[in-house]
Amino acid sequence: MSKAEFVGAAPPSAQYLEWLRQERRGRMIVRATQLAILVAFLILWELAPRLDLINPLFTSYPSTIWPTFLELLNATPQQASILAHTWSTVFATVVGFTTAMLFGTAIASALWWWNGLYRVLDPYLVVANAMPKTAFVPLFYIWLGATFSIYGMSLAISLFITILMIYSGFQGIDPNKIKLAQTFGASKGQVLTKVVLPGSVPTLIATLKVNAGLSLVGVVVGEFQSASLGLGYLIQYGSQIFKMNIVMTAITLLAIASSLMYLAISWLEAAVMRRR
Amino acid sequence: MGIAANSPKVELRDVGLRYFGREGETEALKGISLSVAPGEFVAIIGQSGCGKSTLLSLISGILSPTEGSVLVDGGDVTGPSRKVGYMLQQDYLFEWRTILENAVLGAEIQGANMAMARERATQLLTRYGLGQFLQHLPRQLSGGMRQRVALARTLCTEPDIVLLDEPFSALDSQTRIALADEVSEILRREGKTAILVTHDIGEAVSMAERVIVLSRRPGRVKSDHAIRFKTVDGARPAPFAARNAPEFNGYFNALWRELEVHVEG
Repeated sequence: MSKAEFVGAAPPSAQYLEWLRQERRGRMIVRATQLAILVAFLILWELAPRLDLINPLFTSYPSTIWPTFLELLNATPQQASILAHTWSTVFATVVGFTTAMLFGTAIASALWWWNGLYRVLDPYLVVANAMPKTAFVPLFYIWLGATFSIYGMSLAISLFITILMIYSGFQGIDPNKIKLAQTFGASKGQVLTKVVLPGSVPTLIATLKVNAGLSLVGVVVGEFQSASLGLGYLIQYGSQIFKMNIVMTAITLLAIASSLMYLAISWLEAAVMRRR
Repeated sequence: MGIAANSPKVELRDVGLRYFGREGETEALKGISLSVAPGEFVAIIGQSGCGKSTLLSLISGILSPTEGSVLVDGGDVTGPSRKVGYMLQQDYLFEWRTILENAVLGAEIQGANMAMARERATQLLTRYGLGQFLQHLPRQLSGGMRQRVALARTLCTEPDIVLLDEPFSALDSQTRIALADEVSEILRREGKTAILVTHDIGEAVSMAERVIVLSRRPGRVKSDHAIRFKTVDGARPAPFAARNAPEFNGYFNALWRELEVHVEG
């Protein structure tokens, strides 16, 4: 039924081929510009300290990142391998946003089920979402201990926005679709599982995109305080001993980890949306 | 069931419905009494906001009247029933389900045998010319095709009574008239009792054997018109043919005048 199939019967016209070429050119220009910005940034970062425009003590150099990475690969008695640090952070983040999605969906469903509950809790949820959760990092450390304070912060920072986004997605379901299910005698549970939840899949994915990023923030901030493992810890450690190359390497790994997470979610989104 | 042939399929006795809101209460329907015989095709017309759709919601059991009673096959309606199928103003197909999965939705909700439901839905869809679209998604179909899927979804649960709430209003006029022909042919052949709600006088006259006019809010039964066409074989003409019958304009104008009274006051 797609347009391409429709036209596909006849050989493509010269204009269409020209249009395709223009399309491809446009895409290449965008990609090339993106790459150029990254390269320019790295060159500037490398040259500015070398030309004494800024103090290398504060910024290190991009060229030191790879050697630093190789150096940190080896575990020492005092320090775990950088791979262990990275894995620890990524694992805590995945735990954080997965729990946030599960709890968030369950709580949003409960709020949908009992409208009275939503009306009571609404102001508390809004305030909880607006609170700077990072203010609780020291408290969480005391309450939950070194490991669980990190998971706790990751969950706390992403849970409330997850609940609010999913609940508003539930509210956005066309009431006529619910009415349709009711004309067949659907129970409240059937309305939830056959209409509201499947109809909210795009909202769930949009929420996942938001809370994966937030969970990573929660983990890194939690690690600043309490961890002896993780990229947040490594950043803290590097800055304390004034080794900016360690800090920059850890930050680069964070950037790579969040890009990979974003790619994975985009891939999931494409897989799910193909059915729509 | 032991129901005499002349006992009504659907009966409303002095039904009233009020909606409550902070601004006060709204009387949507008042003192409605009417009955529909088995196999009859009745149209209910009235201006928008006169409570036509509310009337269907009462018969389907998703709303309860605040006064009076609604009966189907002589029994009080207490909730949605398998005897009643409801076609809404738009198809409301679920975009995440294939055409076949959409058509079996009712059967799935009612906990019916799914293998049989799928077989029946496939038969219905094939009969409506959608046989090669079973695994397609709703967005790949045109408006008229989607509304046919909605009809298959309604009939898949084998209701005796089919409620039609302006089911063609979202379609372009050509598709609308063609689909009216198909739907009324299907419902008559299967011997269904049908209640069509519309504000389109032509649609009502061409499809129904009886047209009931509702007054403005609160809706009451204003008048009840039998629609008869003389044909060679005595059978009811298809809606499109009915539009060209000599009697059509007489009925149309009579109903038009009744609705116009409301506009003036």
